[in-house]
Amino acid sequence: MLLPLIYLIGSITFILGLKMLSHPDSARKGNLVAAFGMTLAIVGTIFLYRDHSGNSLGNYPWIFAGLVIGSIVGTLAAKKVQMTAMPEMVSLFNGMGGACAMLISIVEYHHNPNPSMGMLVVIVLGMLIGTVSFSGSIIAWGKLNGRIKDRTIPAGQAINFLLFAGILTMAVLLVFSISSAPFLFYGILALAALYGILFVMPIGGADMPVVISLLNSFTGVAAAFGGFLYDNPVMLTGGILVGSAGTILTILMCKAMNRSLKNVLIGSFGGQKTGGSVGGSKEQGSYKEISLNDTAVLMAYASKVMIIPGYGLAVAQAQHACHELEKVLEDKGVEVSYGIHPVAGRMPGHMNVLLAEADVPYDKLKEMEEANDQMAQTTVVLIIGANDVVNPAAKEDPASPIYGMPILEVEKAEHVIVNKRSMKPGYAGIENDLFFKPKTSMLFGDAKKVLQDLVSELKQV
Amino acid sequence: MDSIAQLFTDAATYRLLTIVILSIFLGIEVISRVPSVLHTPLMSGANAIHGVVIIGAIIVMGEAASDDYLALTLGFLAVILGTLNVVGGFVVTDRMLEMFDKKKKRK
Repeated sequence: MLLPLIYLIGSITFILGLKMLSHPDSARKGNLVAAFGMTLAIVGTIFLYRDHSGNSLGNYPWIFAGLVIGSIVGTLAAKKVQMTAMPEMVSLFNGMGGACAMLISIVEYHHNPNPSMGMLVVIVLGMLIGTVSFSGSIIAWGKLNGRIKDRTIPAGQAINFLLFAGILTMAVLLVFSISSAPFLFYGILALAALYGILFVMPIGGADMPVVISLLNSFTGVAAAFGGFLYDNPVMLTGGILVGSAGTILTILMCKAMNRSLKNVLIGSFGGQKTGGSVGGSKEQGSYKEISLNDTAVLMAYASKVMIIPGYGLAVAQAQHACHELEKVLEDKGVEVSYGIHPVAGRMPGHMNVLLAEADVPYDKLKEMEEANDQMAQTTVVLIIGANDVVNPAAKEDPASPIYGMPILEVEKAEHVIVNKRSMKPGYAGIENDLFFKPKTSMLFGDAKKVLQDLVSELKQV
Repeated sequence: MDSIAQLFTDAATYRLLTIVILSIFLGIEVISRVPSVLHTPLMSGANAIHGVVIIGAIIVMGEAASDDYLALTLGFLAVILGTLNVVGGFVVTDRMLEMFDKKKKRK
């Protein structure tokens, strides 16, 4: 009876862990609690698991070899990864979980030449969802680190529908044992892999966090099917918890961007440039550039400076230079704060993590509402590599694809300085009218270099 | 081959379904109010938790006959991938949260 008790404890630690993870004060402990429960469940399974005839598990050398290899590689990868590449890493680990569920189903399919219908359903569904999650996560990983470019697939939706229909047909044939040909099983596997790829491919980079969160809950469900298969309560609770919590998290993320899930998935955000017409048809006027020297003077004599970081900061690894700038300004008596949009960067909380790495004090990071309240008293707003989160089109232009998304209202400040590498539109592919407003000055260049130069200029002012 | 009717008269099915339904509601309850700052760590933590699929991989591996090379190979691979998911997931999450910790102390 020891193993069921261990599984019960495991399930409880997962619930507690998730609960604690959703509060800032207890989050880190929550992660450790869940990790402890997981270790317990794994060790318990290895030594205490008995099959129906009471045999214990074999192949210990293989199991331990796998665990050791996985642990070493996993720890190294997780420790070595740059803070900026964190989202990719999560996506990659998620894909590994999906692949694991897929492999389990394949082996069990071969183990059971005459499965019951219930078992077959569980095996096929676990394989199907695991595979979609695996291939989708790998594409999401590739897109986030720039290896794979956004690509609209012609008639993508029709193809996805056909794939889905194909998977369904084969699954029905297989489950109702109209045909038990193995090619059906592997056909489903192949189509599922393709479906995962085509499902993620056209989704724009700005929406990637939502997709990863969704794939995360997919893997949870796939793990739960494993729980059905082995009548294993901890796999079941763990998997379903992540499945439902992940779905809610996905919806919360969509809400933070004021978009519906359907909108993200069918997606006009990154793929088709519906926003193109907004910029193209309207008279945009011209933008003005500002020199480093002028920027330094402007900031040195400001009473309040707000820095608004975006993905550009992460790409340029400019978080330390940014902190440096903050310190120099504070030495000159300027009040510095950071305005953090909930979806700035590639993942919610991305900027917080990044700036924390550079030791920026926690109380300097202002959430959107607070930042907007302070905007009117701010002398200079410095936007570093952020674009869509400050695009006024979200408030003013109902035709814009980001219309309705809450933004940082930088125009209320006295001066707006935008650091970008070029005039290219942001990740969502939407023109930004902000750059052409009379208050706005452009400061072109790589974020890290510009910030470092700015710091040395400031020291001379 | 049993029929669908049989599937739904099985007590075990209902026991498992009960766990599923309760877990769904629990998952929704547990994280319905979470600050956006924690979205990424929470996603990452949940990501590590679904690594519980490793248990299935261990069972597959442990039950594989010593001459069943397909099961041995795929099972071995599954154990590695599952471990990657679990260990990598928890370590990455801890690294993210460690930074929240640091600034808390300094506050």
